[in-house]
Amino acid sequence: MVLGRVFEDMCAQMYYRGKMFGFVHLYNGQEAVSTGFIKLLEARDSVVSTYCDHVHAVSKGVPPRAVMAELFGKATGCCRGQGGSMHMFSAQHNLLGGFTFIGEGIPVATGAAFSSKYCHEVLKESTPNRLDVTVAFFGDGTCNNGQFFECLNMAQLELWKLPIVFVVENNLWAIGMPHLRATSDPEIWKKGPAFGMPGVHVDGMDVLKVREVAIEAIARARRGEGPTLVECETYRFRGHSLADPDELRKPDEKASYAARDPITALRKYILDKELASAAELKIIEKKVDAVIEDTVEFADSSPLPPWSQLLENIFADPKGFGIGPDGKYRCEDPKFIEGTSLSLESCLPANHLHRCLIPSESSIRPNSIKVRHG
Amino acid sequence: MAASLQSAVFLSNRIDPHRRLFASPARSLPGTKGSILVVRSDGRISGRLSGRNLITNAVAVECCFTKADTPTSSTDSKPGHELLLFEALREGLEEEMDRDPRVCVMGEDVGHYGGSYKVTKGLAPKYGDLRVLDTPIAENSFTGMGIGAAMTGLRPVIEGMNMGFLLLAYNQISNNCGMLHYTSGGQFKIPVVIRGPGGVGRQLGAEHSQRLESYFQSIPGLQMVACSTPYNAKGLMKAAIRSDNPVVLFEHVLLYNLKERIPDEEYVLCLEEAEMVRPGEHVTILTYSRMRYHVMQAAKTLVNKGYDPEVIDIRSLKPFDLYTIGNSVKKTHRVLIVEECMRTGGIGSSLRAAIIDNFWDYLDAPIMCLSSQDVPTPYAGTLEEWTVVQPAQIVAAVEQLCQ
Repeated sequence: MVLGRVFEDMCAQMYYRGKMFGFVHLYNGQEAVSTGFIKLLEARDSVVSTYCDHVHAVSKGVPPRAVMAELFGKATGCCRGQGGSMHMFSAQHNLLGGFTFIGEGIPVATGAAFSSKYCHEVLKESTPNRLDVTVAFFGDGTCNNGQFFECLNMAQLELWKLPIVFVVENNLWAIGMPHLRATSDPEIWKKGPAFGMPGVHVDGMDVLKVREVAIEAIARARRGEGPTLVECETYRFRGHSLADPDELRKPDEKASYAARDPITALRKYILDKELASAAELKIIEKKVDAVIEDTVEFADSSPLPPWSQLLENIFADPKGFGIGPDGKYRCEDPKFIEGTSLSLESCLPANHLHRCLIPSESSIRPNSIKVRHG
Repeated sequence: MAASLQSAVFLSNRIDPHRRLFASPARSLPGTKGSILVVRSDGRISGRLSGRNLITNAVAVECCFTKADTPTSSTDSKPGHELLLFEALREGLEEEMDRDPRVCVMGEDVGHYGGSYKVTKGLAPKYGDLRVLDTPIAENSFTGMGIGAAMTGLRPVIEGMNMGFLLLAYNQISNNCGMLHYTSGGQFKIPVVIRGPGGVGRQLGAEHSQRLESYFQSIPGLQMVACSTPYNAKGLMKAAIRSDNPVVLFEHVLLYNLKERIPDEEYVLCLEEAEMVRPGEHVTILTYSRMRYHVMQAAKTLVNKGYDPEVIDIRSLKPFDLYTIGNSVKKTHRVLIVEECMRTGGIGSSLRAAIIDNFWDYLDAPIMCLSSQDVPTPYAGTLEEWTVVQPAQIVAAVEQLCQ
């Protein structure tokens, strides 16, 4: 949680210093939900998140260096700089994204859960009671979106009973639209039983309570008993994004939740129960600070993606673009390529270009125009 | 690759002394016992039918193709088997499901109902309800589900009951299907096949008569193919399933009952290859899906009038097979594109641009493009007929082009 908080604070700093651009959505205040769920998962379980995914990524095990480098848009980022803040992916850690449109990640999570069930029932690849679980995180605004309801319905179907946990991070606000104004029945957990699955409401500012609920929900899914809808009441301390002036939320609402800061609460709990001393906690915090410093240094010193990366990875199977009888790709459209970045690049002044490799003239295909006679 | 089919077309031998006209016997496979079908441009049919079922109204049903690499030996040793296009799709799907247990199907009514066009008939009893998954009516969500499943190791074939319904899934198709491989830095691949019938049918109304190829063509990362005969339907289905790219396979509502004899042995077609339907010298006609048949019907008339059109079924809508197309343009120097999608932003407009960019010096005339009218397809039969390109228009266009 501390790692998440410090990471996000550093993101804000770096954004204001001009190291990252675009949309950045910070998770401050909601760490209990991420930690409460993800720390219970195994490596083979999947997490699907939203555009507010830095802390989910870090919790799932993606190295903070990779996440920060991705935010800086560097080639060493977890998505090679191509995803950005809102598209954190990691195949190695089963982080299935990072989705910008709200609700569009929920079907993907449902698909991952379906895969897990398929592997067990059709491919006979997993042991009973040991299904891979998928946890889908999304916000209160998403709960008014069609894909949410469609997936709740599908996951609970008689045949399907998918191993998925739907976690609602209800922080009471979309951007400037409060949950109460946007929703006819604001109690989201009740929408679970409407589809036949258990719906649970939990205090999302208390990591231990979240963990208790998570243990049960994940175990249920793993045993093949189907999905659970968990509504975590939480709050974001910052605006929706770093560009959000955050004028609509009232100071006393913010203050009341700030008083329930999950990190402070956990620290108090640990000290009260004497599970660790204040000095030990200080050491942890110092370690986290060091990790973050290292992360920023790494990201700063990483190279920017070269232009050669622009056209890579558009297709998984580029060689599938049939080779013609002349041994060349039959679909090559040289005139198109000449009109795009490869030629534009040669028009830019040198100081605009950050790349390791300068193409030679011959690498841009020459015009092969034969003049027809007669 | 297996030998191709044996329907030959015999053309009437009107030889114009000023133009060379080839009788197609040179192009028919030796030793073939093709039924000779001549569907005239006015819709009359003559010739031996040899007991074939013929759909007379919808489409000109003669399948005439030669393949450049066809062996000259007789194909009689492997007679193949006859089936309808939807059966060919099913055969391809079934073969791939047998071959790889990770291939699964999902869509509305694909399981117990057998598919609204019977493409998946019999598969659910054979493979089970999870492998042939009946979904609720939630296109965006089950397409997303297919994508999530593909990211985690499965190879789903997602059926849209009608292609038009996939407009509801556009969010998932564009963002997750097309772009996710790139956005994740190459970490996840999405080996899905999205298929379904589209195109203008028989008075189905505007919303069931949509051509989504033009809407999807800009999505980066998506590959698109259109099948038009049972032979290429099966081959493309298999290739699409085996491809690691997300492939959209466009079928046409009116072509499902086309009958053809296809090889018994297994074959897979190249997704990016165009099909030479009828070699010729005077003009290149590029087409796909149902319009192929209108073009072939027009070709009859054109040959009678002394023209020699080269007809190419482009099959691969994205990316274009510029190799085959280019070679044709270099030979004939005149291009006519006949498509069923709308004029605005259609496949034809992209193809035109690609040809102009790459083969400008080989063109002797401006590229003509015949597309459907930019109207929502009306219900009335006469109006509907006038929205799509008819053979008479194709004939007129070629005549104009060859002046």
